[in-house]
Amino acid sequence: MTYPAYKVIAGWVEEKSSVLDLGCGDGELLSILMERKNVKAIGIEISEQAIYKCVAKGISVFHENIENGLNGYADKSFDYVILYNTFQEIKNPAAVLEEALRVGKKIVVGFPNFAYYKARLQIFFRGRVPVTQDIPFQWYDTPNLHFLSILNFEDYCRIKKIKIEKSVFIGKSGPVKLLPNLFAEIGIFVITKQE
Amino acid sequence: MEKNSVGLVEIKYFNFDELVLDSKEHLKPVTIAYETYGQLNEKKSNAILIEHALTGDAHAAGYHKDEEKPGWWDTMIGPGKAFDTEKYFVVCSNVLGGCKGSTGPSSINPKTGKPYGLDFPIITVADMVRAQKHLIDYLGIKKLLTVVGGSMGGMQALQWLVSNPTNVASAIPIATTVKHSPQQIAFSEVGRQAVMSDPDWRDGNYYGASFPVRGLSVARMIGHITYMSDSSMAEKFGRRSKEKKPVFKFEPSFEVEGYLKYRGDSFVKRFDANSYLYITKALDLFDLAGEKKLHQVFAGNRAKLLILSFKSDWLYPSYQSKEIVKACKLAGVDATYCEIFSTYGHDAFLLEVEEETHLIKHFLERVSDRRESL
Repeated sequence: MTYPAYKVIAGWVEEKSSVLDLGCGDGELLSILMERKNVKAIGIEISEQAIYKCVAKGISVFHENIENGLNGYADKSFDYVILYNTFQEIKNPAAVLEEALRVGKKIVVGFPNFAYYKARLQIFFRGRVPVTQDIPFQWYDTPNLHFLSILNFEDYCRIKKIKIEKSVFIGKSGPVKLLPNLFAEIGIFVITKQE
Repeated sequence: MEKNSVGLVEIKYFNFDELVLDSKEHLKPVTIAYETYGQLNEKKSNAILIEHALTGDAHAAGYHKDEEKPGWWDTMIGPGKAFDTEKYFVVCSNVLGGCKGSTGPSSINPKTGKPYGLDFPIITVADMVRAQKHLIDYLGIKKLLTVVGGSMGGMQALQWLVSNPTNVASAIPIATTVKHSPQQIAFSEVGRQAVMSDPDWRDGNYYGASFPVRGLSVARMIGHITYMSDSSMAEKFGRRSKEKKPVFKFEPSFEVEGYLKYRGDSFVKRFDANSYLYITKALDLFDLAGEKKLHQVFAGNRAKLLILSFKSDWLYPSYQSKEIVKACKLAGVDATYCEIFSTYGHDAFLLEVEEETHLIKHFLERVSDRRESL
């Protein structure tokens, strides 16, 4: 599911823009953006092993916790701030999202949809916390601290007066148009601060 | 000799007439001892300046004739190594104030015909860099591909960025800081007091008469404690003792005591006590931004930075490197930061070869590429 999502993001991001990827992992998305869109890429990542991979790809990266890694940046420092598959793994997603909205002009958010029908079926019929392709972890060794659905995120944006500029939902066989909160495994959004 | 060594090397000396110091004093003449490895390319764009730490010297790699031990960063410099001498031209010089060939307090004062002693002027990290700039100019290098060093070497690398911003394409400050904390100054001062309270120090005029062996070796012992970590010491020595039963005497019996004694004893054979005072003072005086904010002194700098720190380093803790990182972000300076996991403490910058090699190799490739395309 990851690659189609990266393709969507690469389609959105403008040529030669500046991009900060929060929780950039091994730098795969940033290197795609550097190659296809010639962006000025910076990553922040907490895993040391992932840092080595980023450096090997020629990415500028900071080995830091993103929960305090943004306080060095002035307002609107980046054209895009990316939070892909990061959101659910951090202690305080609300605070990080707020900081991201401060330092970035546009924010790209992507996460696995916990309300995906297969996950629902597992809870309903098996009575167990779901394990799916995009949430492939058992309860005892999951990096995920928060679980959210597409509707949860849309609700949050409404309450916080965050504008959803674009959204794409991806399921098993490509983009999902109908009932994304039920049929999409991943939701990707471009959001901005409402002035 | 191993296959990927730079082989036999020789120290060289560069002399120039005069250096005006931060203290406004004029030091003349000045000698800088240096070594080079690899070949300078035609465009003179592949030069790397290696900066040594407190007690290092110009002999960073390869072997001197009739010596068994290679240079102090031989693990990182040589064919195929992090600083690949088949690609890069590597320069390392002994700092101003040192005692390994560069002008320092043990050099002859032309006014008196005797060693300077305490008549040697107080020098700063910026003065060390000023002297190196003369050497780099002499070598015909307009822009260094990178300036790199750990600890005090990192301070010099940072100082290069600020003193000569257009003459460096990148810098790699490792396990360092933009200014000493009170704790770091405190350790320096205890070391200096150990030297100065030794009667054999004779207010610095010991040359030809005596040597403050006890004072300088105690200073070195303290230094070594701060270069290691609690866990690296526990691993290296434990509570092992050369005696089987507890010894109710003050002779060193624990292995850690023997190690420190050995380190102290061997240090006094190779290092000048006054140089130790002058250089540690330069470290304490170092304050890269001074009255300004750090991001202000970095503003507009086009060099790329690779900033490295080590998890167990409590002498130059990671938070000091993170201050550099934060200033880079605010100033819009292209930087990469990695806190390498290590249990070695401050010594890690000399020991974590594999991790450093990976990071530095790729970083240098990227910096070189950019220069080719410009």
